[in-house]
Amino acid sequence: MNKINSETLIKVDNIGLFKNDKWLVKGVSLEVKRGEIVTLIGPNGSGKTTTAKIALGIHKNIEGKVLRFTDKVGYVPQKISVDWTLPIRVVDFMLLTQNLSDEEIINALKLTGVEHLKNNNLSNLSGGEFQRVLIARAIAKNPDLLVLDEPVQGVDFKGEISLYELIKEISDKVNCGILLISHDLHVVMSSTDYVVCLNGHVCCSGTPQSVANNNKYQELFGDRASTILSVYEHKHDHTHSADGTIKRKQ
Amino acid sequence: MFDDFFIRALIAGIGIALVTGPLGCFIIWRRLSFFGDTLSHSALLGVTIAFFFELNIAFSVFLISSAIALILLKLQKTTKLPGDALLGLLAHSSLAVGLVVIGFLTTIRFDIMGLLFGDILAVNEIDLLIIWIGGALILLILKFIWKPLFASTVNHELAEAEGMNPDKVNAIFTVLLAAIIAISIKIVGLLLITGMLIMPAAMARNVSNNPTQMVKLSIIGGLLSVIIGLFSSLEINTPSGPSIITAALVLFCLTLIKIKNYSELKK
Repeated sequence: MNKINSETLIKVDNIGLFKNDKWLVKGVSLEVKRGEIVTLIGPNGSGKTTTAKIALGIHKNIEGKVLRFTDKVGYVPQKISVDWTLPIRVVDFMLLTQNLSDEEIINALKLTGVEHLKNNNLSNLSGGEFQRVLIARAIAKNPDLLVLDEPVQGVDFKGEISLYELIKEISDKVNCGILLISHDLHVVMSSTDYVVCLNGHVCCSGTPQSVANNNKYQELFGDRASTILSVYEHKHDHTHSADGTIKRKQ
Repeated sequence: MFDDFFIRALIAGIGIALVTGPLGCFIIWRRLSFFGDTLSHSALLGVTIAFFFELNIAFSVFLISSAIALILLKLQKTTKLPGDALLGLLAHSSLAVGLVVIGFLTTIRFDIMGLLFGDILAVNEIDLLIIWIGGALILLILKFIWKPLFASTVNHELAEAEGMNPDKVNAIFTVLLAAIIAISIKIVGLLLITGMLIMPAAMARNVSNNPTQMVKLSIIGGLLSVIIGLFSSLEINTPSGPSIITAALVLFCLTLIKIKNYSELKK
């Protein structure tokens, strides 16, 4: 892949977090460049979210160094709950950490397909709708760096594909760097530039192909995981639009 | 038509309601009701220290309450005790120490009922100045930190990740709470300040669907409570604090009716 612009947006160097008598993660290094999608994969409890939070500066008292070269960060957390006592509409939520014009709000909500929910109350949204709003909020101001922690959880199958396509599109169009946490190995292998496989430490990392062929990866995810890449490559001659119809490549 | 003291109490009460409205919303959103109680309990210690060293009450209470608030923030980070236990610990120890200090003050007599429940006769011109200047300052600072404070109320980590400095604005907010408690002691009384903070916000929540609207309605609810409460306090000769809070309770019940109608409409 030809990346014209290879400016580093964030670099974490040998980071670790020791909490409640154990290392949540240790010795993790990675780098996200402009226009690049870096994906963290790994089993539950392997420190994916922790790594992302350290990179974002949420966890204090860490080992190692985090160098962030931009302040324009969009974050989609893994979990967020807003309870009844706080009356907040989607439009208020969009403005949470940023100033946006009405047009920017509508455009962002349109991209994730939820512009009709603009004046709905946040606590009345379904899980999938809420994820779409979270993504819309994070991308509304064209950030330099997007950190997406399982951004499509709870989204229906059709929506999942189109949202991942959207993420890919944003990375190309806005030319931002994306740090993605995902369980969906298909997506990871098909549309990311660099994969970091975590299990408390960096188990292996590299291009999707090299990780898929790595023994440690196969141990961690089982034999079937390594076949995913070939499955994907087989499908490479077409893409799907949001409604599931096949678009042959010209 | 009315005596000077009543006009003063009214002006003081209105000033306080303007500030407790927005602060109260944040107390409800952030689940800080018990925290407000702790601060107001610690205010007793502030009052006794004011008498002991002959300081201004509002000033002394502000110092002590902010100190307790900041100690609490520190303790929350360094011990593993749950938040409510820490709050109880600080509330009761500052209350107890305050009462012990009162024991030393045998030569000075003061109106403990007025202190606990508010006294409209007690408000003088200097108090009015403190309430309105202090109140204006609190609102100004709150307006300034509104965005990061609100962001961290919705989600602390999101605010932290996107550069909103939530820890800093949380500490500032805590000091603002100490300040409103300090300036409203004379009129509402230290046992009922939390009520003055949360009741207008609670009634506002029942009838609003976005944050700005809730803040506005909370201010209106507070103003109505103060005006109705003070007039009845004058009429039937009850302490001002309880009268204001009772008026707030009645208003709160009225907003519940609105909720009921609304949910019936939905069916």
